[in-house]
Amino acid sequence: MLLREVEYARPSTIEEAVALLTEHDGARALAGGQTLVNVMKARAASPDVLVDLADLDELRTISFSADGGTLEIGAMVTCTALAASSEVEVARPVLAEVASTIADVQVRNRGTIGGNVCVSDPTNHFPPLLSALDASFTVRGAAGERVVPAGEFFVGVYMTAVGEGELLTKVSVPTRKPGTGDAMAGLTLGAHGTYVVSAAATVGPEGARVVIGCVSSTPVRATAMEERLAGGDYSQSAVKAAAEGLGATLEPPSDVHASADYRRALAEVSAVRAVLQAAERAKG
Amino acid sequence: MTVAATPTATSVVSLEINGEAVELEVPSSRLLVHLIRDDLDLTGTHIGCDTGNCGACTVHVDGVPVKSCMMLAVQAQGTRITTVEGLAPDGELTPLQQAFSAAHALQCGYCTPGMLMSASALLEQNQSPSEEEIKVALQGNICRCTGYWNIVEAVQEAAKGGAA
Repeated sequence: MLLREVEYARPSTIEEAVALLTEHDGARALAGGQTLVNVMKARAASPDVLVDLADLDELRTISFSADGGTLEIGAMVTCTALAASSEVEVARPVLAEVASTIADVQVRNRGTIGGNVCVSDPTNHFPPLLSALDASFTVRGAAGERVVPAGEFFVGVYMTAVGEGELLTKVSVPTRKPGTGDAMAGLTLGAHGTYVVSAAATVGPEGARVVIGCVSSTPVRATAMEERLAGGDYSQSAVKAAAEGLGATLEPPSDVHASADYRRALAEVSAVRAVLQAAERAKG
Repeated sequence: MTVAATPTATSVVSLEINGEAVELEVPSSRLLVHLIRDDLDLTGTHIGCDTGNCGACTVHVDGVPVKSCMMLAVQAQGTRITTVEGLAPDGELTPLQQAFSAAHALQCGYCTPGMLMSASALLEQNQSPSEEEIKVALQGNICRCTGYWNIVEAVQEAAKGGAA
């Protein structure tokens, strides 16, 4: 397919990339391109300038913070690299598990964690998962760097806190503490397809965090369910009871894949499955 | 203009394809699959859906399978690409290709170049894949003729024969 004419630049430093994004109206960062190239084909996006991040090696690293309490994942880390990372395996294995179920081998070889979150497609895997894991996002602009918590990062469908002239450089995820477990559940289109409804949960000594995806423009915290789980009873009946009424609090869309009511039902089922599995993993 | 830090509407791309160095000027909007098929006349790489779903356009970029319709030609600057033509450069079919023939792993053949590229990438990494691992490796490739069984069987047979 022929794309609309576009200019292309491949900066070699983050500073150059930010300058390009700042100086050119209609400039857009190009990560793995597994969404952006497609939306350009459909003319759903028509950037004038593509700023390819491919040469920014510092965005491809996975490391730990100085105190070891945070896993720091560069925005250009691919799903394949996440799935194979020994650091991720040790510190937050659910990230590798979920990365290895996104789309297919070819897409995972190019698609990045930064692209997945910056697209902010409600059906994507990482937005609800990273919200449940209480991740934070480092955004670089001409004025410097700021750190945005997950609760403020996802602003709307295809919209995040990354503004014009800014670049997401890093996703920071707290390392898993002893007695903590994470899981993601939901209904996908095909084995590794996009979600119709998803639920991500983390269960630990500080309680549970439960986040539902695909039911709104951004991930939704199931706060009432979290409060009902505060007693620490993760038996099947207790978790089911805690999820009751969750669907009624949501305003999900109806589309060709599922009605709003079906999504409400799926949200409760998915949340229960995610919490039960996370609680099981929390045992060790 | 070469690929650089200044935005340009065309770029000179140099890359290695099937062992041969090439350099050509392309519009920045050009998809890699068009560079391969139209500029280099390597028409073994197919365009199926053009939306990144079918995998017929799969090639190896620096040794890993990617969909060449979801990558700009300029993004391939400096990479090493293998297309289906590069699997058997001397014209003699590889054990994997022979297994596809023997197991009737193709009917119309349209998806076959992509299937071969995904399967050969798997066998380079994993010489004795399980049935499940083969299915995962081929998840990004759609075949509308065979029902997949013969394709999985061909990859299994090729692995048994020590193909890579």
